[in-house]
Amino acid sequence: MAMESSFKNMVLSLTLVCLVCSVLLGLVYGVTKAPIEAAAVAKTNAAISAVVPQFDNVPSEDVFTVALSEDEVLTVYPATKGGEPVGYAVESFTAKGFSGTVKVMVGFDTEGAICGTSVLSHSETPGLGAKMTEPSFYGQFVGKNPSSFRLEVKKDGGDIDAITAATISSRAFADALRRAYDAYLKINAQNTECDE
Amino acid sequence: MSKAGIILKGIIKDNPTFVLVLGMCPTLGTTTSAINGMGMGLATMFVLVLSNIFISLLARYIPDKVRIPCYIVIIAAFVTILQLLMQAYVPSLYEVLGLYIPLIVVNCIVLGRAEAFANKNTAMDSACDGIGIGLGFTLALTVIGLVREMLGSGSAFGVKFISGDGMLAFVLAPGAFFVLAYLMVIFRQLTKNVK
Repeated sequence: MAMESSFKNMVLSLTLVCLVCSVLLGLVYGVTKAPIEAAAVAKTNAAISAVVPQFDNVPSEDVFTVALSEDEVLTVYPATKGGEPVGYAVESFTAKGFSGTVKVMVGFDTEGAICGTSVLSHSETPGLGAKMTEPSFYGQFVGKNPSSFRLEVKKDGGDIDAITAATISSRAFADALRRAYDAYLKINAQNTECDE
Repeated sequence: MSKAGIILKGIIKDNPTFVLVLGMCPTLGTTTSAINGMGMGLATMFVLVLSNIFISLLARYIPDKVRIPCYIVIIAAFVTILQLLMQAYVPSLYEVLGLYIPLIVVNCIVLGRAEAFANKNTAMDSACDGIGIGLGFTLALTVIGLVREMLGSGSAFGVKFISGDGMLAFVLAPGAFFVLAYLMVIFRQLTKNVK
C-alpha cells in the first residue's frame, strides 16, 4: 500500500526522487559531453571537406566570423594547403525557407567560384523542398562563379533551375548562397587591403 | 498471467496504437519512413521498460497525492538520458528524431502504463508489460512508416524499388491519417477473434 499522504511524506519523497534523478542526469551528462561535442565537430568537418578543395589544415581551428550586418554574422572556415589559402567554407543561412531556417555550408575557391554546397539543417517538405539535399539540385552550382552566375531562380530572371513545385525552397537556397557570397566578397576585400 | 502472456497482450490485445489509440503525436509525426518509425518505437520502448521497472519498485514509497509529479520526474530523467546517449552515439538518428525525443515525456503511453500497470504490479511483470507495449508500439510505427514510405517515396527501409517519386501525399501529414485509419481497420479485423 502506498505511503500516507502527509505533508512530510510528500515533501520527502518528491525531494528524494528529484535528487536521485538529478544526480543520475549529471553523471550521464558528464559521460556523454565529450562524444556529443566530437559528433558536432565531425559533422562540421565532414561538411567542410565536402565543399572546399583539398586542404591540409584543420579549418575548425582557424575559424573566424564575418558580420554582414548586425544580425547576419556568418562563420567562416578557411581551408589552406601548405600555408596557402585554397578556399573558404562559409556557414550561411536563410530565414526564407518554406518552413523555417535553412542552414547551408557553402564552399568557395580563391577565385570566388562555388566548389560545393552542403545543407546542414532544414525542415522543408519531404519530397519537395527537401530535394535541395540531392545532387540533382545542388550539383548545378559546382564551379559557378556568382559574379557571372546570377543567384536567382529562372522564374525571377536568374540562372538557377528551381526544384519542381518548390520555388520557395529554391529561392531560399539562392538567398543563403547570396549571403555566403557576400561574406566571401567581404573577406576578399579585407585580404586585398592587407596586401597593399 | 504468465510473462509471455503479458508481453503478447501489449502487442495484440492492448496494442497502444491500434487498440488503445495512445501516443498519436509521435505516431503521426515520425512515421515518414520505416526506419524513422522503428527508431521512435525503440526509443519509446527503452523509456517505457525502465520507467515501468522503477515506478513499480518505488510505488510503495510514494504518497498517492504526489505520485504523478514523481512519475513524470522519473520518466523525464530517462528520456533525457536517452536523448544524451543518442546525441552522443547515434547522431544521425538523433537528427531525424530530435524534435520528438523530448516529447516521449508527455507520451500518454508511458504515464498511462505507469498508472494502469506498473504501480500495482511487480517489477518483473512491469518490465514485461513495458516490453510488450513497447514492441506493440514499435511494430505499429514500423508498419505505418513502411506503408507510407512505399506509397510516398517508392522505397522500403531506404531501398528504392521504383524510380522517381511516389504519391507525395503519403509522406506528408494527411497520408499519416489515411494509413493509420486503414491499418487500424485491418488490425482490428485480423485480431477480432484473438482472446
